[in-house]
Amino acid sequence: MSVVTNTTTIGAIDAPSRRNTELVLLLFAVFISVFAYANVGLALNGELPSGMLGYGLGLALLGGIGHLAVRRFAPYADPLLLPLATLLNGLGLAIIWRLDQSERFQATPNFAPAASKQLLFSAVGVALLIVVLVALKDHRILQRYTYISMLVALFLLILPMFFPAVNGAKIWIKIPGVGTLQPGEFAKIIIAVFFAGYLMVKRDALALASRRFMGLYLPRGRDLGPILMVWAFSILILVFETDLGSSLLFFGMFVVMLYVATERTSWIVFGLLMSAAGAVGVATFEPHVQQRVTAWLDPFAGWGKLAASEQMAKSLMAFGSGGTLGTGLGQGNSDLIGFAANSDFILATVGEELGLAGMMAVLLVYGLIVERGVRTALAARDPFGKLLAIGLSGSFAIQVFVVAGGVMGLIPLTGMTMPFVAAGGSSVIANWALIGILLRISDTARRPAPAPAPSPDAEMTQVVRP
Amino acid sequence: MNKPLRRIAIFCGLLVLALLVRVNWLQYVRADELNANEHNRRVQIERYAHERGNIIVDGEPVTGSVETKGSDFKYKRVWKNGPMWAPVTGFSSQAFDASQLESIEDGILTGNSDQLFFDRTLSLFTGEKKTGGNIVTTLNSAAQKAAFKGLGDKKGAAAAIDPQTGAILALVSTPSYDPSVFAGNSLKDADARQQLLKDKDKPMLNRALRETYPPGSTFKVVTAAAALENGLYTNIDEATKSPLPWRLPLTSSDLENEGNIPCKNASLREALRWSCNTVFGKMSDDLGNDKMIEEANKFGFNKEIFTPVRADASVYPKDNRPQNAMAGIGQASNRATPLQMAMVAAAIANDGKLMQPYMVADRQAPNLDVIYTHEKEQLSQPLSGENAQKLQEMMQTVVESGTGQNAKIPGVTVGGKTGTAQHGLNNSEKPYAWFISYAKTDSGSPVAVAVVVEDGQANRDDISGGGLAAPIAQAVMKAVIDSKK
Repeated sequence: MSVVTNTTTIGAIDAPSRRNTELVLLLFAVFISVFAYANVGLALNGELPSGMLGYGLGLALLGGIGHLAVRRFAPYADPLLLPLATLLNGLGLAIIWRLDQSERFQATPNFAPAASKQLLFSAVGVALLIVVLVALKDHRILQRYTYISMLVALFLLILPMFFPAVNGAKIWIKIPGVGTLQPGEFAKIIIAVFFAGYLMVKRDALALASRRFMGLYLPRGRDLGPILMVWAFSILILVFETDLGSSLLFFGMFVVMLYVATERTSWIVFGLLMSAAGAVGVATFEPHVQQRVTAWLDPFAGWGKLAASEQMAKSLMAFGSGGTLGTGLGQGNSDLIGFAANSDFILATVGEELGLAGMMAVLLVYGLIVERGVRTALAARDPFGKLLAIGLSGSFAIQVFVVAGGVMGLIPLTGMTMPFVAAGGSSVIANWALIGILLRISDTARRPAPAPAPSPDAEMTQVVRP
Repeated sequence: MNKPLRRIAIFCGLLVLALLVRVNWLQYVRADELNANEHNRRVQIERYAHERGNIIVDGEPVTGSVETKGSDFKYKRVWKNGPMWAPVTGFSSQAFDASQLESIEDGILTGNSDQLFFDRTLSLFTGEKKTGGNIVTTLNSAAQKAAFKGLGDKKGAAAAIDPQTGAILALVSTPSYDPSVFAGNSLKDADARQQLLKDKDKPMLNRALRETYPPGSTFKVVTAAAALENGLYTNIDEATKSPLPWRLPLTSSDLENEGNIPCKNASLREALRWSCNTVFGKMSDDLGNDKMIEEANKFGFNKEIFTPVRADASVYPKDNRPQNAMAGIGQASNRATPLQMAMVAAAIANDGKLMQPYMVADRQAPNLDVIYTHEKEQLSQPLSGENAQKLQEMMQTVVESGTGQNAKIPGVTVGGKTGTAQHGLNNSEKPYAWFISYAKTDSGSPVAVAVVVEDGQANRDDISGGGLAAPIAQAVMKAVIDSKK
């Protein structure tokens, strides 16, 4: 006679942790990626590729270790983020590996396969994710480093100015023995921390101390200062590093976070006006930017005259040849695009070989990551967490839009990388760290309220067992 | 803070939505346009990515594909006996596009044609390797060989047709070229092509279809057909009331005959046997320009002919009286392709019915299913059966006891007509030697042929047509008859 009776009257109702859901989704993500490898191998050589097991195991190991770390250190974290990122990372690896097999690339003088490096970078990225989960017990700790973050971010952004431009943009730094690094990718996270910390403190002043003018709330001059600074700074990046993408990203992220912090629509209007003014101003005297705009307006008109146009046109033709269902992995000619095919233009390969169907799937996976991030922001209980989460997911969304829109000719091309999918160490590592922070915030947000401390009275009460 | 957060969520959703709309626009709506873009290298890559289908003659392919390394293009076209077949196949080069059959039937040969849609869809599921379909031609390799060998290193062309169906049996142009030498896309290929383009003998010109020559005396059979059809004469053995000398109308010069031949009041049969310029010049003048044009048009003059390879239009133009009289004997502004003159011979041999000439018998899907077969088709009826038989008698006389005796084939009825066409200002250059003929057996005529040799001998004698061109025509006809046995 063992009737289980719940004797507590008040207590935590266990929120489902969803860790098993995450595991199943992870297995699915790894399966899809391995399947992609098999597909490429069969299409190119008629046999399963020898690297399939290695990459498959590597990816499974990364996902598995990430999963265990989440289970142990952030048990209530959002269950979708890790599998979605793993899926994109795995798919990216398969596509980079596929481009490594391209005979056209192999014939170029400086050819070096990128897939194995990318796997290594992914491992570093997942390691960083685990470090974030282990070291960052509570995301609110980051609040303490608001101004240090600002300095670090500034340093990282200015650094590439002292290194030579690569393909027209100064966004790389070269560290002997390590390789090249894009500090902008890391600055993205750090600057979000600064904005979140700054705005949390200043949001009331920004939102309330303002004069009404023509239906808009104009902020006070001293509150306007930081905004003008960021605006000027993003313009400076654009001018000195000819990095359209990063300036758009930082400014967009700042406007989004300002809007969320102050709940004032007028900030968006200011933001749009200022970015428009900056973009037009720079475009009038910066040839690199002008070229991109020309290439965007009519890519085929500049064929044979402008390298940017030709690249853009080749990208459009890659998308076109994919059509609805794609040519099949390994069977397209997206490598015609040339040197950036596995970084900036990797989506063109997705478009050509997986077709419209594959592109929509990939875009929706990105969309899901963004919306899970926004959901994390909604669920977060503290304003700093909310701001940081929206800042990170907002910048992620803008980056996806800017890159994908760029290679598809929706907006001028800016030269950033597709998070997780594109080949590039900095990008993959930074984005895994970004996922780590979002996991941490979502864990805090979804963690059930601790059980109330047992009252001493209750302790004394005798339970009479029948 | 949640209200703006929700709005940002919507904003992010809109960003993704914009990308989704754009990708649909790009990959669904604009896909065809982008694929057809002139800069899209995929079109060329795709064309040479699979083994190209073959052009087949007598059940044997005259083309092939070899795998190449070191370029985007995987397969290269090769030809068996390229110079001989080039006027039929045309070329297909990785760098310089394609021509003639290789170009017109590219869809079938690459396997990309809409006609092969079901075939392609099927092989998508069976996982078969993609290859192109085949083009089965009507050509007769024995006849082609005979014509090519007969022309040898002389400049000229030959065309042979099956009069009963219109099937083209031989199509030769010399000097010729080997399309294999510039089938690739290397510098060597470009040089070889430059060499061919610069050659003053124009080896890449398809003389059988794309060069018009003055047809000379061979055109007299058309003039005779016009005379019979219009009732100018009804009996081929009655006197034609043609004076000798005969003065060209509205001029002060007499039309000359070649040599001292019996042309005064000669009958049609005798006039053709000796090739009397005076008789046929007067006949053309008596009929008038309109009736001559009408009859020439019925034989196929004045319009392009598609076999499906385009043949230039032969010309019998509107003209004044003296010019019309000259055109009636195949001079002045009268010009004809070798194919056209073969059609003239074929229409006469086929009792007056001119069949549409064609050289693609079947198109085959990659799995050898026939997806198209040419149905023979009558193009026109230039003359009645009765008149055609009269002309046949006349032409047979030419071969039996006239200028065309070199075309005789033992045991076979052969009709023909020689021609020596003057050209160059004031007849300054070497004349073209012509011969048109047909052979006839119990079951109708199996072959009609036209041969032109550009660098004829210097003596201005109709015999040169008979001497130079007739033996080639004879060899072609014999090859066809022998291959039917």
